Amino acid sequence: MLDFFQKLFRGEDKTATERATTAPLTDQQIQSIIHGQSIQFEMQQLIAATGQSVGKQREHNEDSLLSITTTLAGKAANIPFGLYMVADGMGGHQFGEIASNAAVRVVAGQIMRKFHPYLFSIPTQQPEESLQEIMENAIKEAHRAVQKDAPGSGTTITAALVLGQQVTIGHVGDSRAYALYPPGRVEQITHDHSLVKRLEELGHLNKEEAATFPHRNVLIRALGQGDTLDADVFTIPFPHNGALMLCSDGLWGVVADHDLLRSFTEAPNLQRACQSMVAAANTAGGPDNISVVLVQMIG
Amino acid sequence: MDTQHITLPQDEESSASRRQLQSGATLVKRYHIQEVIGVGGMGSVYRARDLHFPNVTKLVAVKEMINMAPDPLVRQTIVQNFEREANILATLNHPSIPRIYDYFTEDDRSYLVLEFVHGKDLESIITDTNGFLSEEQVMTWAIELCDVLSFLHAHKPDPIIFRDMKPSNIMINSNGDVILVDFGIARTFQVGQKGTMIGTEGYSPPEQYRGEASPFADIYALGATLHHALTRRDPRLEPPFSFAERPVRKINSHVSSELETVINTALAYDPSERFPNIEAMKEALMGAARKTGALSKIATTSIAPASGIKPVWTFKCEDEIRGTPLLHQGVLYIGCYDNNLYALNAADGKFQWKYATDGGIVTRPAIYENNIYFGSEDQRLHVVSSRTGKLVWTYFTEGHIHSSPRIAEQHVFFGSDDQVLHAVNVNTSRSVWKFDAGDEVRSTPFVANELVYFGAENGDFFAVDFKGTMKWRFQAKRAITSSPIVAKQSVLFTSMDGTLYCLDARNGWVIWRFRLGKASVSSPALTDNFVIVGAADGFIYCVEAQSGKEVWRFRTEHQVSSSPAIYNDSVYCGSVDGNLYCLEYRTGRQRWKFETKKPITGSPVVFDDIVYFGSIDQNVYALLA
Repeated sequence: MLDFFQKLFRGEDKTATERATTAPLTDQQIQSIIHGQSIQFEMQQLIAATGQSVGKQREHNEDSLLSITTTLAGKAANIPFGLYMVADGMGGHQFGEIASNAAVRVVAGQIMRKFHPYLFSIPTQQPEESLQEIMENAIKEAHRAVQKDAPGSGTTITAALVLGQQVTIGHVGDSRAYALYPPGRVEQITHDHSLVKRLEELGHLNKEEAATFPHRNVLIRALGQGDTLDADVFTIPFPHNGALMLCSDGLWGVVADHDLLRSFTEAPNLQRACQSMVAAANTAGGPDNISVVLVQMIG
Repeated sequence: MDTQHITLPQDEESSASRRQLQSGATLVKRYHIQEVIGVGGMGSVYRARDLHFPNVTKLVAVKEMINMAPDPLVRQTIVQNFEREANILATLNHPSIPRIYDYFTEDDRSYLVLEFVHGKDLESIITDTNGFLSEEQVMTWAIELCDVLSFLHAHKPDPIIFRDMKPSNIMINSNGDVILVDFGIARTFQVGQKGTMIGTEGYSPPEQYRGEASPFADIYALGATLHHALTRRDPRLEPPFSFAERPVRKINSHVSSELETVINTALAYDPSERFPNIEAMKEALMGAARKTGALSKIATTSIAPASGIKPVWTFKCEDEIRGTPLLHQGVLYIGCYDNNLYALNAADGKFQWKYATDGGIVTRPAIYENNIYFGSEDQRLHVVSSRTGKLVWTYFTEGHIHSSPRIAEQHVFFGSDDQVLHAVNVNTSRSVWKFDAGDEVRSTPFVANELVYFGAENGDFFAVDFKGTMKWRFQAKRAITSSPIVAKQSVLFTSMDGTLYCLDARNGWVIWRFRLGKASVSSPALTDNFVIVGAADGFIYCVEAQSGKEVWRFRTEHQVSSSPAIYNDSVYCGSVDGNLYCLEYRTGRQRWKFETKKPITGSPVVFDDIVYFGSIDQNVYALLA
């Protein structure tokens, strides 16, 4: 009997001592711990980290971000739930930070209100709206709010609502969502609503001309601008064995895709990956505000 | 400030409408509010009566701006912008520009009192008109618009650029003349600030996004407005600056090439390639009008592809065919309401064998290890040898079988009108489990992710695991007869409630819904990123799989209960109007149609460039795809 218990607990003892290594840990040690931990999650769950910086050349931060991670506890299964956002208040406009802040608050507020019953009480009914309708209506509401609070200003918004294995993206402007697949693949999920992108598509600019185009910051669609707002809303499977990344142009505009991917693969954890990405943007001159959110599905 | 007509649904309370003035209210003891005629981002536009004229009813438009911005600096800017609009209008005197009568501020609200225009805005006219507006009509308005723009551009000391030309800012008054409304963002021409992004997406030229506003911008926006009026294609719903990709005459072939040329010139990407000034554009429009004349309309007769398609073969059964065939190793298997399952040679339609049941057969046969599985209205699942047509085994249910069998993991899954989804082991022919769905199951199950997905007539949709345990359930408002399809972790199906649903296949959350015009029993087909399905409103719809947004719709002459089949770049679908349609699946353009004598409710199958289907006219057809 005693043997049995010893056998049963031996494994546990061993990991406990392994983890007790004193700080500072080397990256390899951290990696191995993380690696060791990840096998233990037989239930799928989300982890997320964020990074932000004003950059080197701006005085104000006009970016806003949000990261909420939890699970929806249910009878049959715990469904991973996450809401992540990056918004970049429009440069050149007076009220960029008011716009990006209002956009994030209103979109998040609207979405969380819909999920409130599922997170905090016992739901009795199915939701009235589809996930895409929830996202679309939240962005419309934010559009009205920005028009009211800071007329004339505008903001980008890239929001990712993760529910189970799927991500519903709501997107306006030129902040981006990416899927990072180590070792070597970076996929841009969103489509920029920028003048330069549009001109490139129409063949008026080639790649090199686009890179040096003087009006790279000009958006053709922004939250808060125009009487009707047509946000891109779509749903894709969560990038497995990789990560979902949201960021403002302060990051993607100055750090190459492969460098972002390297920051992600070489960092011991998501938080360090975010820090390393922000640092890379600042090293490259930090011309604009920098915001990044990284999300991973583990287990 | 921008206004638009009230199209908000009742339950959508915008903050502006919440604080709207009530009819009966009086402003500055002078303007008696009658009703709201428009809602903008910052307030409403009202129709009001001017009480200074007690003996006549003088109507005015009162444009309200509610300053709700909490930031003082923002507040100040808003007031300045509003005053600018008042100041611009006050200096202008032209029949196509509303007169300004008054301007005042009360607490948080500022008001402009303007001439009331009896009429309708061009956007509503475009939307409310069936078919296209006539070229003559649009041409007349275009020339008037050139006149008023010409007046603005000639303004001294600085030209005024309207900057927001679009159908919703053009009123057509009771005389049929145009009035430009909403000078909210008009401004005298000055070098724009970088990053300024004002104007309406879709109508504004590329350079306006760079903050440049010149007379060329108004020329472009007028071109865009005319394009919209003639094609009914709202540029706000299209990629920006993409007019060149959809020339007017490609959409509305009644428009003359002369007018198209004028519009194309106005819409040139490079400002220097547009008309040098608005007068030149007017001149070109007049020239086009002279050339075409009101009487010499170009008559175009749309020539539909002749239905001279000869079937490769046909085969006549003894009753209606409502179901879908199965093609396997050169043999076509199809059930018929004469109670028989037929096996025909796919190459020439030669009869191989038939197998008689005691009821009509609507289900699509399935094949597994040389046996054909299918249900019949005689309440049985029949399993017959594909070579001989001889019975191998049968399985009894307690209701008609309209649901087609699906075979996976050595089990056959199918529903029955006995309200049960049956799981039967194909090796033992014994029931493994029964799942009580609470109502008839006519939907054909789909197996993926180790789950069986199917709908029931009470509107429930189920995901059941291989042990017969329910993993999740979704409730539609009406019956789900349509058969689901699973791809990329989503499950798609339609319902009698007139909705195409896309649910998360793992947990049943609704990812998107697409409203069909009417109920549907059609089962969606998937290709690339498109979902294609029919509905009882007679349309075949194509919707983007990731976003649930409509790509195109194609109108047939009657209900579409058939499910589409996709082959290469075509979609094939039958209609109750008796035709089998072949459409280009990316655009929904008709390639050809083939007429049978009765409705087609079953779905076609396509293989090796031949499309096979049955019709209620009792024939099985094979056509070249």
